[in-house]
Amino acid sequence: MDIGYPLLSTVIFLPILGGLSLLLIGKGQEGLVKWASLLISLTTFVLALPLFTGFDRTTHRMQFVERKPWIPDWGIEYYIGVDGISVLFVLLSVLITILCVLISWDSIKTKVKEFYISVLLIEGAMIGVFCSLDFFLFYVFWEAMLIPMYLIIGVWGGPRRLYAAIKFFLYTLVGSVLMLVGIIVLYLKTGTFNILELSAMSLPVSLQLWLFWAFFAAFAVKVPMFPVHTWLPDAHTEAPTAGSVILAAILIKMGAYGFLRFSLPLFPEAALAMTPVMLGLSVVAIIYGGLVCFAQTDLKRLIAYSSVSHMGFVTLGIFALNAQGVEGGILQMINHGIVTGALFLCVGIVYERTHSREIADYGGLATVMPVYAGFFMLFTLASIGLPGLNGFIGEFLIILGGFKAKKLAGVLAATGVIIGAGYMLWLYQRLFFNELNEKIVRIEPMQLKEALTLLCLAVLVLWIGVYPETFLGFMHESVGHLLKRVHYGLPDSMMAVRSVIGGY
Amino acid sequence: MQYYLLIPFLPLGAFFVNLLLGRRVVRGQAHWPSTLAVLGSLAVSVMVLLDVLEGRTLNEDLYRWILSGDFQVSVGFLIDQLTAVMLIVVTSVSFLVHVYSIGYMHGDPGYYRFYAYLSLFTFSMLMLVMANNFLQLYFGWEAVGLCSYLLIGFWYQKRSASDAGKKAFIVNRFGDFGFGLGVIMVFLTFGTLYYLPVFDNAGDLAARSINILGLEVNLITLIALLLFCGAVGKSAQIPLHVWLPDAMEGPTPVSALIHAATMVTAGVFMVARLNPLFSLSPAAMDVVALVGGVTALFAATIALVQNDIKRVIAYSTISQLGYMFMACGVGAFAAGIFHLYTHAYFKALLFLCAGSVMHAMGGEVDMQRMGGLRRYMPVTYVTMLIASLSISGLPGLAGFFSKDEILFRAYSAGGVGVVVWVLGTVSALLTAFYSFRLVFLTFHGGFRGTEEQRHHLHESPKVMTVPLMLLCAGAIAAGWVGIPPLLGGGGQFSEFLAPVLGHPEAEASHAEEWMTMGLSVLVAAGGVLLALLFYLRNPEIPVRLAERFRPLYSLLWNKYYVDELYDAVVVRPTIFVARNVIVGFTDGALIEGVVNGLPGLVGWLGARVRRIQDGLLQHYGAVMALGLFLIFAIALITLS
Repeated sequence: MDIGYPLLSTVIFLPILGGLSLLLIGKGQEGLVKWASLLISLTTFVLALPLFTGFDRTTHRMQFVERKPWIPDWGIEYYIGVDGISVLFVLLSVLITILCVLISWDSIKTKVKEFYISVLLIEGAMIGVFCSLDFFLFYVFWEAMLIPMYLIIGVWGGPRRLYAAIKFFLYTLVGSVLMLVGIIVLYLKTGTFNILELSAMSLPVSLQLWLFWAFFAAFAVKVPMFPVHTWLPDAHTEAPTAGSVILAAILIKMGAYGFLRFSLPLFPEAALAMTPVMLGLSVVAIIYGGLVCFAQTDLKRLIAYSSVSHMGFVTLGIFALNAQGVEGGILQMINHGIVTGALFLCVGIVYERTHSREIADYGGLATVMPVYAGFFMLFTLASIGLPGLNGFIGEFLIILGGFKAKKLAGVLAATGVIIGAGYMLWLYQRLFFNELNEKIVRIEPMQLKEALTLLCLAVLVLWIGVYPETFLGFMHESVGHLLKRVHYGLPDSMMAVRSVIGGY
Repeated sequence: MQYYLLIPFLPLGAFFVNLLLGRRVVRGQAHWPSTLAVLGSLAVSVMVLLDVLEGRTLNEDLYRWILSGDFQVSVGFLIDQLTAVMLIVVTSVSFLVHVYSIGYMHGDPGYYRFYAYLSLFTFSMLMLVMANNFLQLYFGWEAVGLCSYLLIGFWYQKRSASDAGKKAFIVNRFGDFGFGLGVIMVFLTFGTLYYLPVFDNAGDLAARSINILGLEVNLITLIALLLFCGAVGKSAQIPLHVWLPDAMEGPTPVSALIHAATMVTAGVFMVARLNPLFSLSPAAMDVVALVGGVTALFAATIALVQNDIKRVIAYSTISQLGYMFMACGVGAFAAGIFHLYTHAYFKALLFLCAGSVMHAMGGEVDMQRMGGLRRYMPVTYVTMLIASLSISGLPGLAGFFSKDEILFRAYSAGGVGVVVWVLGTVSALLTAFYSFRLVFLTFHGGFRGTEEQRHHLHESPKVMTVPLMLLCAGAIAAGWVGIPPLLGGGGQFSEFLAPVLGHPEAEASHAEEWMTMGLSVLVAAGGVLLALLFYLRNPEIPVRLAERFRPLYSLLWNKYYVDELYDAVVVRPTIFVARNVIVGFTDGALIEGVVNGLPGLVGWLGARVRRIQDGLLQHYGAVMALGLFLIFAIALITLS
């Protein structure tokens, strides 16, 4: 489809260049900074829309491809494109950024310009990660994303922001360094950075296993999988609202996306062999992450830990390695982005008014903020997988896929649904029901701007819940292709090896 | 026949109207959209019933809901005899409750919210009964659960109400855990979630077994029992019955509609709808029958001693639901649905009468503070008396025909059937006793409340009493469509449902049918007389009995301590593990210990390693010596 402009480059570099151009705005013109950021993010969103309307759902091939030589001596290219696995993340990123700009309007009061620059830079880098088809380019975006996020937590965060920011940085960096080693080894063995070419090659199984674990380190930290999840509660809790939203909605999806884009197609043998380990870790994350929530007294920390549980569902689906599991996993990433993003927005709205994240400081909110209570209820229900809302579609497909792959995994994952209802409804009760807490008697009702940001996400919650085909339809072909690659796309000699590692 | 779509979607529309406009625009008029919508649904349901009576059934998809790989499921509707009966039950009771609530909820600050939830509930319940596949059933199932949660906790400022709502939702999730897995097993076994192909193919799989977690189990039995877990939760059977008594925290019209007439019967509906699956597994059927029978007796015993008027009726509901499962478990699905249908009217009536009493008493629920109310509220008194006679099984009233049908079918089924027949007959005695205990304590004798309460006593307004009278007509006459041939009737109800629920042949003689019927009438009469003796003639007897059998009395008064048990083995351990094991140890000491420890370790190592370059010759010398030693050692080992 010809749309008259290089779409992906535009949505990557418009925020980056736009963000940098904010530097030109002088001191004291913070209103201008905000409006300019809003304009940039809105324009990016509009320019990205052809991805939604013009995407060809009948092919697994990369679309909107742009390819230019970059460092020809090493075969490095500027090579970007999207397929059914990545396209939804690009769309989610452009949407979430607008909401982050809006929600930070009044809450960020210091270094406003620098804040908005960071947000826009992150947007560009995130989209870059999802579009890159060249390993070198991918790694550049992957690391570029880290710095503005580090700043957002470390500069605009809560009281323990420095601890959280450094923890986030170190955790992620340790993982990334191992992946870098993996990328270099891949290049030395194959002579290419081209991800699509690599995805069609057959590497020796022993090498696959080493590389699988090297990449695993980077992705598992990002997801985050048990037991490398402890950076997440700190980062989420200390980050400003926009930071938490970006983290929850997009950043932690990078890990699961990495599994889909790299671990499965590049190291299919290793991935198959490691399935039991991955399913096990996922199930532990689901139950463990859920149980931790019962002990939390801090609002943001509770939602952060619930992410560990929900991302456990995602990795379970991916490593179920069947259509329902993988499609459910991808959809659940989108769902989690919408719902947890929305929950963090909600928390931000009351935090702005009370400056407290302690659950015990609330109670009876439904009386003073009825509309807000309605939105929060909707997102709570979506989070616990009520049929008719988006969370159900993802969770159901994942449990179905998980059960198909390994019955015990499916059964244990389903207990996560009980646990989820337990902690979320308890949270809702403590925040909204019971006697009105006197600390919040004079809390202001919700503003129109806040309601509109939540409304966007609420519409998506219902849309995906009632008619998920709009979104699942993007991925059928690409997921089918991926699974073919994992299960059948191997020369015969490799099939023999598979039986050897089968008992791993 | 496309107009059937109006049945669920009219209430959904009303929900959105009240949700979006209720707080600002509709406010005190919120009953209009909801009540008109459900009236419309009722009218269309009657048209659908007429169509079905003429033999026109329907099974079609609205749109494809989920597609993923080889999995696909639609939003679709199956309208057959069973659906038609359920549609009438749901819309008629729902409509009357809508009307009644205009009076009962008048002036409540959450008036619009109440009607919004009622409409959402009606929509969900209708989607549940009209589904043509398992996943839409599951959708309706969870959605009615949500409405139940919202309405139990309707007066959310009250701690006990918000606790009760949460409890209802979570306890149901335990049942739905099994239900969900059952749905998944159905798909993996049959490759589809549509009812009809599943039923058609189930027979071929009756003998197949499956290895699950190391055990060989019959596949159909496993599926049926997993699905039944959901029914146990939703219909409040042992061991998941604990949520229903607490659910009485909700407004009384809600108790009548959701926790008596419709939602809680969804479990029975599910088992009846899936009868081709359940019938294939004798083991699962026995479990259904026994759970029903034991629950019927268990709940009836608790109802004997409770003083909260609504809780007595709640335990009565649990007990009556047990009867329905009893029927399903012995293969008499039509009898189960028959009881579901008559029960909807007399039980909704009991609740609404209780609501009328509470309305007059300023929200009082303790029967010890009531008494003599028949003088003040004649309509409520008469209708409640009739409802109590109906539930006790007075010949000629609705409850008599359906309960009698169940007991007879159970007896004639033999085996487990006889066991549950005994349980059911004993429960019939208790039912009559506690029902009339309630009537006598509330309406007879002298008034035991405060002077202020006495001053306010009044009959409820017309908008409340007219629904009572209409339901009363149901409590009397609803059973007349199912009079057994023995009494000169045609048994039309089970004939009508036979295409869906089959036609069980009773293997007992007329003499035996007379015997079970006579016995159940006899025990019911005994129960009423006993209540008369205990609570009108000689009120010291129950007091003395309670003194004499104190342990038994407190066991019943405390509902067999099941809540306490669950608190001790489920709730507290979960919180304990979360706080002390996971946060305290694994996440805190172990993982965070390593994470925070690593930088420290690096620093410590750095400090050690730095000593190597401390400029002291003796250290360098020592290190050189060590190095030489190692080189020699390695050389020697490799050379030799």
